[in-house]
Amino acid sequence: MRYFDYIQPENIKQASESAGRDWRKALLYAGGTDLLGLIKNEVESPAALINLKAIPGLNGIEYSEREGLTIGALVKLSQLSAHEVVREKYSVLEQALKETASPQLRNMGTIGGNLCQRPRCWYFRGDFHCLRKGGDICYAVDGENKYHCVIGGGPCFIVHPSDPAVALLTLDAGVTIASAKGTKRVALKDFFVLPEDDIYRENILQPGEIVTHIHVPPVSEKTVSGYIKFRERGAWDFAVVSVAATLRINGDTIIDGKAAFGGVAPKPWQEEKINQKLKGLSVKPGNFESLSAEVLKEAEPLNQNAFKLPLVRNLLKRLLVQLTAS
Amino acid sequence: MKKINIRFKVNGRQADLNIAPNKRLLDVLRDDLGLTGTKEGCDIGECGACTVVLNGRAVHSCLILAAQANGAEIITVEGLTQNGELHPLQKNFLEHGAVQCGFCIPGMLLSSYALLKENPHPREDDIKEAIAGNLCRCTGYKQIIQAVEAAANENNE
Ligand SMILES: Cc1cc2nc3c(=O)[nH]c(=O)nc-3n(C[C@H](O)[C@H](O)[C@H](O)COP(=O)(O)OP(=O)(O)OC[C@H]3O[C@@H](n4cnc5c(N)ncnc54)[C@H](O)[C@@H]3O)c2cc1C
Ligand code: SF4
Ligand code: FES
Ligand code: FES
Repeated sequence: MRYFDYIQPENIKQASESAGRDWRKALLYAGGTDLLGLIKNEVESPAALINLKAIPGLNGIEYSEREGLTIGALVKLSQLSAHEVVREKYSVLEQALKETASPQLRNMGTIGGNLCQRPRCWYFRGDFHCLRKGGDICYAVDGENKYHCVIGGGPCFIVHPSDPAVALLTLDAGVTIASAKGTKRVALKDFFVLPEDDIYRENILQPGEIVTHIHVPPVSEKTVSGYIKFRERGAWDFAVVSVAATLRINGDTIIDGKAAFGGVAPKPWQEEKINQKLKGLSVKPGNFESLSAEVLKEAEPLNQNAFKLPLVRNLLKRLLVQLTAS
Repeated sequence: MKKINIRFKVNGRQADLNIAPNKRLLDVLRDDLGLTGTKEGCDIGECGACTVVLNGRAVHSCLILAAQANGAEIITVEGLTQNGELHPLQKNFLEHGAVQCGFCIPGMLLSSYALLKENPHPREDDIKEAIAGNLCRCTGYKQIIQAVEAAANENNE
């Protein structure tokens, strides 16, 4: 592996200043499970890594009935899925976390790193100087694009690889972003960007900006939620597609609800129209059928991935039936 | 090149090292400490051959910088044998024919070891889940699962 300096700042200000203004200069380092692979494959060649570990306050999980969950960015995926409140109240998040990567990776990988991980497009990870790496073409357009996006793409067609992000979207989560200049809070749905907005990055972070916390609002007693991930292999794998839903139910009516989709778009995907239709929907298989048929209406699949559309629609239907069964 | 000082415990023994910051835990274990029982497979977190136990949890030593392990307690496959006696997991892997080419076995043993420390009475599903990040090209996993079950039963007797 190429040489890099290893910097261990003791607070956000130092970390942010070390990160500077250039991605080539220095990169933030959490668990390293994504970044070391990228460095090994020479997708990233930072001059320095900035280990966030010594910065206080990024390791805890807190819960209050008013604020909901506050999760430090350095909390490990396995630590989060084992947390009592997550298991009790946020099933969709627990399920997505347990379906993420493998046990070894969940023991090292952090939730902040998971949200900021780079795409898995094999051209991007491989030896191709594609658009996202500053080149001139997207190799996926005429290449192997079975696992690429069906909506929101162009001129690059990645899918966002995070499972937890899809779950967190249905929970209306937000993130705190800190830098030497101060902190701001952003809704998770505004955190991710499409290639048309920024072809080089998957989120709004600028060099020197650090995700410090993830916030998940409280859920009411009547809330049910779940996550279904479709993958091709039995053991660990990234989602071919996935569906998350969080619903508030009263009797046989969905008072309101949110659905989100993974493996279909360059960012964890939500459709306002679908969420609107969930509101007030009565619990009937026929309703779920017609709602699901509306999902990804604007999709423009590539030549190998139209199969994702019926898959996503069926998974949503199945998840809604499951969640409203009892 | 600026080197850094790190120290951690491997198999109960203190190791003090002065290393380049781009060294991975796997490199330090194998090259600097001569603990070649930990295997190098894919190098990118996909095969589990490099699994060690770090502060009680199974992790990939190929995706950890040695510097990240500063202050940690590490167990490698060399640390499972106590006073020349094989660990119950090792004995049962042999008895159940769970070892063929052997390349995946150190990683399998350590994932299983971390499981039994945390959950001495695992169900079959728990075992499958614990070794989900360890690929084996030879055995088809069945004998491995049986071996872990047998070791758990022995421990609980
Ligand atoms: C084989 C394999 C399979 C996987 N399967 C899945 C899967 O099925 N589902 C899934 O969701 N994920 C999967 N992953 C991804 C895995 O979950 C991530 O690698 C992990 O969560 C990243 O966390 P980390 O702490 O190791 O991040 P790092 O590798 O340390 O960092 C990742 C990126 O995020 C940036 N970063 C880290 N922390 C912060 C922060 N606080 N603020 C701003 N930027 C930050 C880093 O600069 C870097 O660019 C898989 C990974 C591998 C290697
Ligand atoms: S999909 Fe994006 S990352 Fe993949 S080859 Fe095309 S431009 Fe590169
Ligand atoms: S060598 Fe580490 S997971 Fe394959
Ligand atoms: S025994 Fe050969 S890979 Fe498992």
